[in-house]
Amino acid sequence: MTGSPLLDRHRIHWAEVAWWVGAIAVFFLFPRNLSLATAILIMALFALSLDLVMGFAGVVSMGHVVFFGIGAYAAGLISIHWHQEAISGAFMAGIAAALFAAVVGPVLMRMSGLPQIMVTLALNVILFEAGHKAVAITGGDDGLQGIKLDPLLGMFRWTVFGQTSYLYALGWLFVLFLLVRAIVCSPYGIALQGVRENPERMRFVGAPVQRQLIVAYVVSAFIAGIAGAVSAQTVKFVGLESLSVEKSIDALVMLVLGGVGRLYGALVGAPVYMLVHQVASEWNPFHWMFVIGGLLILVVMFARGGILGIIDTLLAAWRRQRRGR
Amino acid sequence: MNQPTLALEAIGLQKRYGALVVTDDVSLRVERGARLALIGPNGAGKTTLVGLLTGRIRPDAGTIRLHGEDIGGATPEQRVKRGLVRTFQINNLFRGLTILENVFLAASEHLGTSIAMFRPAARHRDVIARAEATLERLGLGDVRHQRISDVSYGRQRLVEIAIALALDPKVLLLDEPAAGIPSDELSRLLETIANLPEELAILLIEHDMHVVRRFAREVTVLVQGRVFLSGSPQEVMASEEVRRVYLGGARTAEGAGA
Repeated sequence: MTGSPLLDRHRIHWAEVAWWVGAIAVFFLFPRNLSLATAILIMALFALSLDLVMGFAGVVSMGHVVFFGIGAYAAGLISIHWHQEAISGAFMAGIAAALFAAVVGPVLMRMSGLPQIMVTLALNVILFEAGHKAVAITGGDDGLQGIKLDPLLGMFRWTVFGQTSYLYALGWLFVLFLLVRAIVCSPYGIALQGVRENPERMRFVGAPVQRQLIVAYVVSAFIAGIAGAVSAQTVKFVGLESLSVEKSIDALVMLVLGGVGRLYGALVGAPVYMLVHQVASEWNPFHWMFVIGGLLILVVMFARGGILGIIDTLLAAWRRQRRGR
Repeated sequence: MNQPTLALEAIGLQKRYGALVVTDDVSLRVERGARLALIGPNGAGKTTLVGLLTGRIRPDAGTIRLHGEDIGGATPEQRVKRGLVRTFQINNLFRGLTILENVFLAASEHLGTSIAMFRPAARHRDVIARAEATLERLGLGDVRHQRISDVSYGRQRLVEIAIALALDPKVLLLDEPAAGIPSDELSRLLETIANLPEELAILLIEHDMHVVRRFAREVTVLVQGRVFLSGSPQEVMASEEVRRVYLGGARTAEGAGA
């Protein structure tokens, strides 16, 4: 115990356990809503990958969905043409996304601020158009169809109500969350946060900032790629929307709602966003964005730390009051 | 046997921006254990020289050697790894982090643990111990959990020095360490500088003659990018020319717009 919130982050808090118990409870409590619940887990995983580079390393990656999309198409193509085992398929798809990040990362990580936003966004648009035109590979507007998978672990069939899909997605989320958690709590993760705070100063403590950022970017792309792969595998379809800028922005909004750079921001923001979306679009299928937009404005104006930030503030106030008595 | 005692050496450094020569054929020798002060009026090119030495700026000509090895092609981070460490004139810290976390970053880089990805930071006892020992040494132990943004300016200067010391420097460049410090916090800082390890080579870039007189054993005067005069503090202070440059120099420098 060092007494520093950053250095002691690895200590497990009861609320963390509660989140995972809740995720398992959903499986039993809402057996008819598992496809929505699976979609939430996938977006949580995607937003988590964004939190690693944006929340912790301070890299503004606007087109992060390219890695999601590469993972989704890779997983789809692997399944259709070659290999129907899900876990290894998703892993390979994640590697494909990571390789792409390793190619573009060295250029993108030299940039910061507005140029970085614009170039990542441009990359996203280019890949979207490429996906649109490369009908032979991606199916273009029709998307990739005919994804088939062997029963999971050779035992569990991919059921209509999505039980297998939900637990499969939850498993990936859990494993990759542990990975991100370990990274963020490690000296390397602390160094990333140093880069976020002051990249120039990090160089003058002797840190190879560029390399540190590229590693984070590649790991993040791997996770985003797996999120895309799990999406392809559970929906059995990959459409162009898995390369769309809107999805990048969705993930960003989820992260801001939940709390950026807080590890659980993605895991809190994704369900809130998607449930609000669900309820609001039942209320008004055309104008549901107003509700999300309003929520976002409230968070940005009054609660910069997102939902988790609000909880932190309330808890701190409560503790102060209790001590005051 | 002369070579090993020479810590940092610059030969014929040159830097120009267009027609403006900001560093003009500057040579410096910083011996091990040196207390060399670099002084000069505003616009004399002190900041540029620090930039050249630390690798932030590329020289147009000249050689820089650290312990006899040419480091002209080395990046700032490589120079830090070889023991050439600087502090910043305007506090340049990790503002959202605590004092301990700031020094942890330096200690972790120095001990080579910043590539460790899986073991929690708090379990790297050696890094924590190094950071905490450095803070104790500078009297910052009790406030180590305060955020930089909540800490007084003078204390932030001490954190600058703590970060530098956690990197185990061989040559330390102190860029105006006393600048902007309120007088009630100044003595603590001056005491800290006075107590820095004897064998450490220190290049002090300073404006405040009081600080220079107290620490420097040699003084180099920089005027309009050139070495104007080098000598003991007494010699330099006694020089009529230096006095003239300093008094009249402010106007000249402003006129030059540098």
